[in-house]
Amino acid sequence: MAEAVAISVKVNGRLQQGLVEPRLTLADFLREKALCTGVHLGCEHGVCGTCTILLDGQAVRSCLMFAVQANQAEVTTVEGLALNEDTLHPVQQAFSDCHGLQCGFCTPGFVISVAAFLEANPDPTDEEIRHGISGNLCRCTGYQGIVAATRQAAATMGGKSR
Amino acid sequence: MKPAAFEYHAPESVSDAVGLLAQYGDDAKPLAGGQSLVPMLSMRLTRFEHIVDLNQVQEMFGVSSTSSGNGANSANGINGAARIKADEVRIGAMTRQASVETNPTVAQKVPLLHLASPYIGHFQIRNRGTIGGSVAHADPASEYPAVMLALGGIAEVASPLGTRDIPAADFFQSTFTTALAGDDLLVALRFQPWAGPCSFAFAEIARRSGDFALAGAAVALGANEAGKINRAAVGMLGVGSTAVRASSVEAALSGLAVDEVDAAEVGRLAAQDMDPVGDVHASAEYRRSAGSTLVGRVLADALVQLTEELKDG
Repeated sequence: MAEAVAISVKVNGRLQQGLVEPRLTLADFLREKALCTGVHLGCEHGVCGTCTILLDGQAVRSCLMFAVQANQAEVTTVEGLALNEDTLHPVQQAFSDCHGLQCGFCTPGFVISVAAFLEANPDPTDEEIRHGISGNLCRCTGYQGIVAATRQAAATMGGKSR
Repeated sequence: MKPAAFEYHAPESVSDAVGLLAQYGDDAKPLAGGQSLVPMLSMRLTRFEHIVDLNQVQEMFGVSSTSSGNGANSANGINGAARIKADEVRIGAMTRQASVETNPTVAQKVPLLHLASPYIGHFQIRNRGTIGGSVAHADPASEYPAVMLALGGIAEVASPLGTRDIPAADFFQSTFTTALAGDDLLVALRFQPWAGPCSFAFAEIARRSGDFALAGAAVALGANEAGKINRAAVGMLGVGSTAVRASSVEAALSGLAVDEVDAAEVGRLAAQDMDPVGDVHASAEYRRSAGSTLVGRVLADALVQLTEELKDG
């Protein structure tokens, strides 16, 4: 039997420590130990994108790495994206304004992915947006609202930094 | 969707990693970016008693290069530069696909890797996935093996006996099967930059963005001052049990004037070099037909660029 390993991960600014089995994925750790249930699990093999989180600022699939590998790292989930509990991140606000969600299951992964995408591409074309969101699957919206939300978020976030 | 239990090892050096692989033999598996291995573990398509995580092995990350005359020029602070010969680019096996995609040395000296990278999965996958992981996994539909084979890249392999080089032509043996033995560790890949007038193009066909390709092609062309093709390298993916070279296409191009090539016709020759497998995504016949059409298109793209470059002189 594999031995449990002590890890310490900064999740949304708060230190989360625990003893984990090496086979525990980071996604399960975030959901079950850190209680960040905004990390959704759809396919659990890297296709659907709903478990996407920021690992040291980079968007990655949390189902495709083990919690032990995130030892000493900083993780941001959808719960930690906005400045505080009373506000929405511009990407979240845009999804709300533009009907970027229906059932909402895929939304946390989209919000994280779009936030990371806009960080790297602050002023994207529609084609770049469609390419940028291609790593997340949504079965409700037909993506039109998500593209519109990404466009709006780009405008508001660009407006802020200017 | 939970992997079988395993013991976790996180070595910090190549020698420690190789030591662990030697100690545990076939019960151990190196873990690079995990973008293929972790799903395979989760779906229990495979299981290992010991996982040797390479993510703490700093000496396996980064890109370095030498140009003849000005010595080692380390771009990302990589160790092991001693093995670089004059005019080589060395890419540590743990270099993330996202870093390969954006590294200026790679873009300038091994443009095919730069062009192929955006086709790998999605940006979230490339943030984690590594070049060495892709090459060692040897999926016949993946991008880097086809590029490596076309360019004749070198796999730098460490084992308890020392470090040795394996040329790409000997490296890929079958689907998911390479020349690496159980205690071998792929440490880096090395490429020789092309000199003189040359051009590079890459494209693939997939049903959805980021999916594994039904077929893909990587083309590198070189010409002499008279505008005659003196070098052609064509790699294909998704059309055989490994990445394959379109040797018929390469041979047909040799010595032709750049502005005289009928790219579509030459591309059709690629069908002879393929041995595609039909599956639920596409029949073998479709892959052969689409693949050779694609080779023609990518070749046409490379020819246009080469013509431009010859004009600019």
